[in-house]
Amino acid sequence: MTGPTRLPAHLRRLENEAIHVLREVAAQFDRPHMLFSGGKDSIVMSWLAWRAFQPGPIPFPLLHIDTGHNFPETIAFRDAWVDRIGAQLEVRTVQDSIDRGRVQEETGPRASRNALQTVTLLDALRELRVDAAMGGARRDEEKARSKERFFSHRDAHGQWDPRNQRPEVWSLYNGRMNPGEHFRVFPISNWTELDIWHYIEACDIPFPELYLAHDREVFERDGVLLAVTDFVTLDADEVPSTRRVRFRTIGDATCTGATLSDASDLRAVIDEVGTTRTTERGGRSDDRRSDSAMEDRKRQGYF
Amino acid sequence: MSDLLRVSTAGSVDDGKSTLIGRLLYDTRSIFQDQLEQIEGASRRLGEEEVNLALLTDGLRAEREQKITIDVAYRYFATPRRTFILADTPGHEQYTRNMVTGASTADLAIVLIDATKGVLTQSRRHAFIASLLGIPHMVVAVNKMDLVDWSAEVFERIRDDFTDFAARLTVPDVTFVPMSALRGDNVVHRSERMPWYEGGSLLHRMETVAAGTRHNTIDFRFPVQTVIRPHQDFRGLAGTVASGGVAAGDAVVVLPGGQRTTVTEVRTADGPLERAGAGDAVVVTVADDLDIARGDMLARPRNLPEVSNTLEANLCWMHAEPLQLHHRYLLQHTTVRTPVFVRDLEYRFDVDTLHREPADTLELNEIGRVVLDATRPIFFDSYRVNIETGSFILIDPHTNATVAAGMIRGGETRLEADTPVSPNVTMPDEGVTRAEREARSGHGSAVIWFTGRPGAGKSTVARAVERALFDEGVDTMLLDGDAVRHGLCGDLGFSPGDRRENIRRVGEVARLFADNGRVVIAAFVSPYAVDRDRVRDRVGAERFVEIEITAPETVLIERDPKGLYAAFAQGSLTGLTGMDAPYERPADPALVIDTDRTTVEEAAARVIAAWRAR
Repeated sequence: MTGPTRLPAHLRRLENEAIHVLREVAAQFDRPHMLFSGGKDSIVMSWLAWRAFQPGPIPFPLLHIDTGHNFPETIAFRDAWVDRIGAQLEVRTVQDSIDRGRVQEETGPRASRNALQTVTLLDALRELRVDAAMGGARRDEEKARSKERFFSHRDAHGQWDPRNQRPEVWSLYNGRMNPGEHFRVFPISNWTELDIWHYIEACDIPFPELYLAHDREVFERDGVLLAVTDFVTLDADEVPSTRRVRFRTIGDATCTGATLSDASDLRAVIDEVGTTRTTERGGRSDDRRSDSAMEDRKRQGYF
Repeated sequence: MSDLLRVSTAGSVDDGKSTLIGRLLYDTRSIFQDQLEQIEGASRRLGEEEVNLALLTDGLRAEREQKITIDVAYRYFATPRRTFILADTPGHEQYTRNMVTGASTADLAIVLIDATKGVLTQSRRHAFIASLLGIPHMVVAVNKMDLVDWSAEVFERIRDDFTDFAARLTVPDVTFVPMSALRGDNVVHRSERMPWYEGGSLLHRMETVAAGTRHNTIDFRFPVQTVIRPHQDFRGLAGTVASGGVAAGDAVVVLPGGQRTTVTEVRTADGPLERAGAGDAVVVTVADDLDIARGDMLARPRNLPEVSNTLEANLCWMHAEPLQLHHRYLLQHTTVRTPVFVRDLEYRFDVDTLHREPADTLELNEIGRVVLDATRPIFFDSYRVNIETGSFILIDPHTNATVAAGMIRGGETRLEADTPVSPNVTMPDEGVTRAEREARSGHGSAVIWFTGRPGAGKSTVARAVERALFDEGVDTMLLDGDAVRHGLCGDLGFSPGDRRENIRRVGEVARLFADNGRVVIAAFVSPYAVDRDRVRDRVGAERFVEIEITAPETVLIERDPKGLYAAFAQGSLTGLTGMDAPYERPADPALVIDTDRTTVEEAAARVIAAWRAR
């Protein structure tokens, strides 16, 4: 793998900033892990991790919290990618949390495992004694995320208190904590959706085909186009049809909305993202549950 | 090619800051349809007539409920010319720390002023903080011009008021834009309603101002973040170039060890780089197999940072628990954490008037000037010259909270850039050397330092020592408190700061004469241990003989050669060392002499013996 010889100046600055943060994590923490979902943000983040420590290996494992409702393409991509960047991968599953009685699966047609992830995640962080969990969240995604620090302190219950965040000045990051507490760290905080795609293009980074337009059986629910999968039950009045769609975010298949699109290659995706009038999380039904859905989930330890 | 500009915004509550940001995003078509629908719905639920653009930025539940901004939010947008990161910082006075958080990396500060209210505390506070943080550009956005009939006079009055205030600051570039964020005048598009205004819109200014100018491109500093060692044959120093630049073949010094070596390669994951500049995250390899770790710093042999255990700094207190003098904090500076003590709070700034006022502590959101004592030497530059090596945070080791942000003004004792930091970097000595002088005189050089409370007998013993040595043919030099106060230090009073400066100067003079081969005999109250320790450091511990001269307090008061104790008893004198001002005894003196039980001759003989025993 080789990177680009020429990056636009602002992408170079974002890359430098992210690498600086990744190295701070490696230096300040004992057992950091990088959360990896197989989506574009975690792909870019793990690519940056690979770059930050060359010619050495990435000095921490990746951790995938698998809801069990992933698109199969995502999992195939994940395994190939981890191989390619020479990373270690840990997987913890929501199914396992259900089997062990840690969580109860939601029932009914609107059931989603998205919220259950938080328990699996916190259990995994405890089990692996993770002191810093890096995530690919970006501040431009959502209004509660726009308030995030690079180093975000979590108490012993994994909770976030947005009113009591550590001030973060210059490029000085304070990762000190008490036993049992941990940090969430967001190396690509300052990137936007468009920056991610421009960077993927400039560096020729592979990504799952789900992001490109393809024909897929979908149905509409609450204004969101959901894929027909084994994991969702259709209401009587929900009629599936085959549409040309792509995904702007990739997460749990039960709550990740598809967008109607003809953008079948990366250039077309960039043009589309550059002119779109909706946010990428507009297609996430989990954010639509209430005005503060993300803030509330984050407070509880969601990512 | 577009570049990135970091912008911070601040203004008082209700100046319309959130509306301004909403307007910037709206008129640059940076608001998404679903965001707009969301805030339209929220506006309706809150019973507002128009779409409240402010709701776009106030994202937290408590913020929407109270209609205030609590925490810094970051916004991103781009125009064909440039990409922007907006740090939207709260206007509420109680959240000044977040203003600092948002502004620390900004290239441009937008200070909002409500045209109907004029220049308020919070506008001044933000301008002051912007100045303190060294933000190079400022735009004063005079908002709500629609409410003052687009009046040129109102705008000019505010501009003049602010200019008067800003004259006392150091912001190199201030421009003023009259606008209405609510109506969209002069925010993104030029307004036709203020034909008297000849400048461009706010966005135009944001697009054309110089970006990323805050890096120091001259002085090479490379703090090591972590060492990459995949196998025995590779040892890479990973870090971000803090300032200056580096290329293969450059001679470097490793601090604090002082070893010299040569850079063999500067690389990224893409392979070798010809040169890395400020802000580049790279891996550096060096020629020699040196033990280099996180916290070490590479610099150039002839361009070293300053080094000191004592830092003078502006401190912005960011925690509800107030500053405690002499409490142990952790100083996080570049990639180093060092225990420090806040030795002195020199003053606090009144941010309204910029006056300096005496203070015992700093409360949340207060800014003051402090002196820090670090337990190890710190390698730094002044913040004015180098943001990366001049900034720090303080961490409370008990709560781990980040309690303060600091900007270094200087070390209290300043070493020249080419001062040797270890024997390995000794500069060539071109003149007559100390060794030559000592060989000719037949005796070593030294500083015999007498410390003790007023009236203890320091000068008397010192003079006796000098007489005895002089008679033996030793080259001596006597430095006495009263003598220097009449000349060298005639400009200094008796405040703690002035006392320290007095000792600093005397210490430097003592060092110069000792380097000249003399035996220097110095008699000074020198009440602070750290000041004497600093002289010891400068002279070299092996040549420094510290003698404590004491006598019982009743004897001191009885002797009272200068009438100080009498004046103190009458209340006409305060700050008398050992009475209402501190006297810190030496921890490990070569001798302690009680002059109430020792004759002058005996005392002198013991001192000379102690010097010879070295």
